[in-house]
Amino acid sequence: MIENIEALDKVREAAAQVLAGTDCRILVCSGTGCIATGSEKIYEKFVEICKDAPGITLEFSACGGHDGEKSVGVKHTGCQGICELGPLVRIQKGAVSVQYTKVQLSDCEEIFNQSVLGDGVVDRLLYTQNGESYVHPEDIPFLAKQTRIVLENCGKFDAESLEEYLVSGGFKALERAMTEMTPDQVIDEVDKSGLRGRGGGGFPAGRKWKQVARQKETCRYVVCNGDEGDPGAFMDGSVMEGDPFKLIEGMMIAAYAVKAEHGYIYVRAEYPNSVRRLRNAIAQLEEHGLLGDNIMGTGFNFHMHINRGAGAFVCGEGSALTASIEGSRGMPRVKPPRTVEKGLWEKPTVLNNVETYANVPKIILQGADWFRSIGTAGSPGCKTFSLTGSIQNTGLIEVPMGTTLREIIFDIGGGLKSGGKFKAVQIGGPSGGCLVEKHLDEPLDFDSVKKFDAIVGSGGLVVMDEHTCMVEVARFFMSFTQRESCGKCIPCREGTKRMLEILERIVDGKGELEDLDKLEELATMIRTMALCGLGKSAPLPVLSTLKVFKDEYIEHIVDKKCRAHVCSAMRKYVIDPNKCIGCSKCSRNCPVGAISGKIKAAHTIDPATCIKCNACRENCAFDAIYIEG
Amino acid sequence: MLDESYYRKTDEIIARYVRDARSLIPIMQDIQAEYRYLPGELLTYVAEQIGITEAKAYSVATFYENFSFEAKGKYIIKVCDGTACHVKKSIPVLQALNKKLGLSGKKHTTDDMLFTVETVSCLGACGLAPTMMVNEDVYPRMTPEAAEALIDQLKGGADA
Repeated sequence: MIENIEALDKVREAAAQVLAGTDCRILVCSGTGCIATGSEKIYEKFVEICKDAPGITLEFSACGGHDGEKSVGVKHTGCQGICELGPLVRIQKGAVSVQYTKVQLSDCEEIFNQSVLGDGVVDRLLYTQNGESYVHPEDIPFLAKQTRIVLENCGKFDAESLEEYLVSGGFKALERAMTEMTPDQVIDEVDKSGLRGRGGGGFPAGRKWKQVARQKETCRYVVCNGDEGDPGAFMDGSVMEGDPFKLIEGMMIAAYAVKAEHGYIYVRAEYPNSVRRLRNAIAQLEEHGLLGDNIMGTGFNFHMHINRGAGAFVCGEGSALTASIEGSRGMPRVKPPRTVEKGLWEKPTVLNNVETYANVPKIILQGADWFRSIGTAGSPGCKTFSLTGSIQNTGLIEVPMGTTLREIIFDIGGGLKSGGKFKAVQIGGPSGGCLVEKHLDEPLDFDSVKKFDAIVGSGGLVVMDEHTCMVEVARFFMSFTQRESCGKCIPCREGTKRMLEILERIVDGKGELEDLDKLEELATMIRTMALCGLGKSAPLPVLSTLKVFKDEYIEHIVDKKCRAHVCSAMRKYVIDPNKCIGCSKCSRNCPVGAISGKIKAAHTIDPATCIKCNACRENCAFDAIYIEG
Repeated sequence: MLDESYYRKTDEIIARYVRDARSLIPIMQDIQAEYRYLPGELLTYVAEQIGITEAKAYSVATFYENFSFEAKGKYIIKVCDGTACHVKKSIPVLQALNKKLGLSGKKHTTDDMLFTVETVSCLGACGLAPTMMVNEDVYPRMTPEAAEALIDQLKGGADA
């Protein structure tokens, strides 16, 4: 039990000493991506190797000791970033780390002998780009070109250890806020920093806190939106599982500032790993008296609760999220009153997303001016993005606001996968839009992106090449928002349904030119009349693709052609008579009898009967069937 | 009529929480984790126990996609069809699974109650798209062939 701030400092110093005495640390990435590629087995393997090795003390916790033997710690870290190349492992000795990629069980022994016992490296497991190998993570272009504030600790130490968080300077910001600043000064600092909500809206966090602080009602809540529902986004999940203590510290500072005693984190159902890490963090903090009543003797009481989502995208909307915590259907309500006045249980509530809270500790420690020195004037600080789709280096990144798409996609992301041609990047998920070639050199921040009918949103970047059909992408998003519409207001419930029907018609080759006008009309109607932010932004992916890729829509409607060969209705299956040997396998497998021909003579497909199921092509041993159009 | 053991288990679950509306969702989640679905009788029972109307409990249970009144398979496969997985061809993976297991857009669970196939909007492992989740484990870089092979492997495990 840490009873006062001096005691906290002592715990931190003691942990630092133990850590300094560790000779080597094996940092195994335990982000969702690496766990999926088998990093947990790699972790176990390293533990086993260390146990069996003579002269090695294995340290499970930062508080263990060692008796003259070499001590090695095997740790679970947060996302190391290059998810594409998992499982990722870092070998850390003092300030020097070696980054290994695609580590298999059979590699562990060699890594241990070379890099843990010795000071060598296993060359074949290093990160390589354009023929060059990189030993240290900080030299890898993918990481070297980023600025990491929120993700600073991810990958560097044990995400499950409070001691390690303390050693990294954890809870110094809370300490400073509680001992050197009044709640109002904390709010002022956050306000001055210009921190804007990272969940998509970009509303100034300091202003929100101020509004809560000035309410007459004294029972207030701090709520964290971890319901990262945008498909293609995993930044918040990575923070929750990679640096849970930092998120909690940020929330505690917010609670101190607005005098709240209870905090809630609403986590998506699909993130079991985040829930586990947060629960572990909360349990440790409660045990040490850093959560609970009279924290470190300061009179500050704060309790944390975790709510798991139950699979409703709309719960990412503020009033729906609080309704869900209360145990109701997650449906948005009419505003005002706003969440800052009447939020959770009708009480004033600070509701920010994960990344926003995770930015707070560093702002308090280093000051608003430091934060403003990063990013752009209107959008200070950094932003995390998940970089996915047809890109060389997929993964989790953090860059200053104002970085251009070209830097993100080509310098950090390494360009398109397998030499594809850049077509568009989808930003902001189902509430966002598509940016294309001509936007590549625009600085990316909250305000600039809005000018191009897109939003930064939570930060999902899905890169698309020429094999992506933009009309189909629009249909995909519309089917998502239509399915996730809560059904409360008619513009969203009926409007998205009608828009989806039109889009389905177009990709099915049955569209008409007037459909495009109808789409725009419906989109404008939903945009202005839907009840909540999610409804209002639901038509954005359609509007944005209609604007930039109108020719593709017209091609689908007039020429019945899909240039990306994605829309199956527009495919025409053809048998190459030079390759076909007349084995009749295709005609036997065709479910609708569309293929005819004599044995040992080239067959033909009747396009009127063909249902484009691809069965013939899958079964052809001679690669004689191709798609035209 | 459900066996008495179901109610006893539910009592245990309810005891973990405060008896009011805010506990409805976590309680239903725990029941579903236990039985892989939400038996309607238990929902009525929970409503009575925590002091909310049956109508309210049903309105909440039917709102959230994760709750199912129908029993699900031993292996719940969620094929991710988020943006990243979608552009990296997740639908062929789904089609292959459905074909292999004789399922469709309407029938999600195999008759032997081994497999349930669903789609999910994002699993948060977009860097490794296309992905899918079997119970709580995420599988990266799926292909139709890999998905079929995994089914065989799981079936083998189930027989053993």
